[in-house]
Amino acid sequence: MLVFVIRRLLQSLLVLFVMSLLVFAGVYAVGTPIDILISPEATQADRIAVVAALGLDKPLWLQYLLFVQHAFGGDLGKSFAYNIPAIQLIFERMPATLELASFAMLLAVVIGLPLGLYAGLKPKSLPARSIMAGSILGFSLPTFWVGLMLIMVFAVWLGWLPSNGRGSTVALLGVPVSFLSIDGLRHLLLPGLTLALLNIALIIRLTRAGTQEALLTDYVKFARAKGLTDARVVGVHILKNILIPIVTVIALQFGSVIAFAVVTETIFAWPGMGKLLIDSINVLDRPVIVAYLLIVVAMFILINLLVDIAYSLLDPRVRLSDAGTN
Amino acid sequence: MSERAPALRVEHLSTHFDTRQGVIKAVNDVSFTIERGQIMGLVGESGSGKSMTGYSIMGLIDAPGKVVGGRILLDGTDLASLNPEQMRQLRGNRVAMIFQDPMMTLNPVLRVDTQMTEAILAHEKVSHAEALRRSREALATVGIPSPDERLQNYPHQFSGGMRQRVAIAIALLNKPSLIIADEPTTALDVTIQGQILAEMQRLCRDTGTALIWITHDLSVVAGLADTVSVMYAGRIVESGTVDAVLDYAKHPYTRGLIDSVPSRNPRGQRLKQIPGFTPSLLHLPSGCHFRERCPRADEACLQDPQLSNEPHAVRCFHPHTDRVEEPA
Ligand SMILES: Nc1ncnc2c1ncn2[C@@H]1O[C@H](COP(=O)(O)OP(=O)(O)OP(=O)(O)O)[C@@H](O)[C@H]1O
Ligand code: SF4
Ligand SMILES: [Mg+2]
Repeated sequence: MLVFVIRRLLQSLLVLFVMSLLVFAGVYAVGTPIDILISPEATQADRIAVVAALGLDKPLWLQYLLFVQHAFGGDLGKSFAYNIPAIQLIFERMPATLELASFAMLLAVVIGLPLGLYAGLKPKSLPARSIMAGSILGFSLPTFWVGLMLIMVFAVWLGWLPSNGRGSTVALLGVPVSFLSIDGLRHLLLPGLTLALLNIALIIRLTRAGTQEALLTDYVKFARAKGLTDARVVGVHILKNILIPIVTVIALQFGSVIAFAVVTETIFAWPGMGKLLIDSINVLDRPVIVAYLLIVVAMFILINLLVDIAYSLLDPRVRLSDAGTN
Repeated sequence: MSERAPALRVEHLSTHFDTRQGVIKAVNDVSFTIERGQIMGLVGESGSGKSMTGYSIMGLIDAPGKVVGGRILLDGTDLASLNPEQMRQLRGNRVAMIFQDPMMTLNPVLRVDTQMTEAILAHEKVSHAEALRRSREALATVGIPSPDERLQNYPHQFSGGMRQRVAIAIALLNKPSLIIADEPTTALDVTIQGQILAEMQRLCRDTGTALIWITHDLSVVAGLADTVSVMYAGRIVESGTVDAVLDYAKHPYTRGLIDSVPSRNPRGQRLKQIPGFTPSLLHLPSGCHFRERCPRADEACLQDPQLSNEPHAVRCFHPHTDRVEEPA
């Protein structure tokens, strides 16, 4: 197990290294931030001074080597635009994104799992058919459109819910969060739902398929033959088996929810990392872009690792071996 | 629940499947009786309705299937008079069932102790410790070494034979009047099969539990059962004591089954087989359903034969009356 974790972490380091190289070169290829950062009226001397201060006068390979050298010390560079460490900038925005993503996944599970179970247990009933038809919508509607429609209906027409910002936050262990106040929760609802929709559909489909498959198995027949209540057969015997693929998908989707948050945060003016990324791309703020991508990829890798560990806890047949998951 | 009532009496049981292609009579007017502590072999080819008979008794027929007629009396109680909750209370308590593939019957993600204690706790208000104690005892009874440690294991840590023993232990937990065993040794190798058969026989004798042993292998029934019922295309075509049915088989189908038992066929000679295939239950021949495969069929067989009303009963117009030949 320990060997497995160490090996995975070393592999991850390699992935991060390659990623940073690609992004570094990519942003360099797009253009120079100097024209955006410096006013056109600035003198030539001013320009040269700024370029030197940002380290942009050095050749790209040297800039990259310096970046790597600093990165090992935990320093991913200062934002060109804000002149504060990129990491600090991202970490300030991260709680908002994590809160939104977690809330969206929570909604997805709380709504998707029961609906999927129902659709799997009573596949021929009218509600089950409606649930499945609805889940197709969840798959096919684009995020930005859903977000705009929700704003139209609930914020503009009905006026029930706010459509931008985090609302009032409460400090939890020094981190500002929205979900602890009514106003914050009201602000969370629309962007959360927007992000959750695809995952609700996904979890419904997975749960239904898993339930129907499990219903045909001998172990479910045997459980029923033992005289267990339906609640126990479904809640323990079926659920515990289908939870394995569902947990995997939830965890992996958590990563993509963070990535998709870029769109949702922009629509709802949610002050998270996604919005920061868009702003940084606009001004070619390379340190922030590189740092953002490195951090998001690192989170993906960490999530994957946790999934594998959760897997081995849920399914007694899986043992984490040195070579991988077997 | 009168003391003299047989463990199980099944009267004119019919279970149909309403499918798009038509109504499938998987169990068609089936009747039999099992006395307390007795073992009945239920024999027939694949698809003849053996499992569906078992599921009907358990009340576990799922749509599109439905028990459409007949009575099932367990210890004298008519199961049709029970509501779903009473039926659940009965399952696993008064009547238990074990299945063919021991690799599949235990839930792979739950520990054995969970799967055992829940079977007790579903029926009785006892402490968890007491349920655990009884589970340990049951494991020991079916011959599982160091039951204390084994309780903590997951199913994949047991061999196939051991898993089937666990399933049997679970079936025995609540001391049921009847156990329905649906080909529980088919998936196991011959030595283990023999051990489990002997074990089952002993356990049923010791506890007075009646047993329905479903199999397509007549040779298994020979050493195990007291009575045999032979099923063909959803119907009982012959029934009686093991000795009567195996030595004086009346029905041409039963004779065919006996002839096709491998051990009865001399080495190097081709196995005798019943000609033709099990008919689809959707396209049964009129009259006797065995007509198209039967060497004795004639015009009389265009009518539907009835099961004769005698201890060694047969559903045939031209039953055999002689003794079954000893293997050459
Ligand atoms: N879900 C179903 N839908 C339609 N027909 C079914 C269904 N389940 C069972 N049947 C019918 O019931 C008949 C009897 O099935 P059953 O499982 O009782 O056979 P069996 O004697 O146990 O055979 P095997 O030895 O293969 O287990 C089958 O031939 C099949 O036509
Ligand atoms: S009734 Fe006729 S066809 Fe049917 S088994 Fe007897 S002899 Fe054969
Ligand atoms: Mg069967």
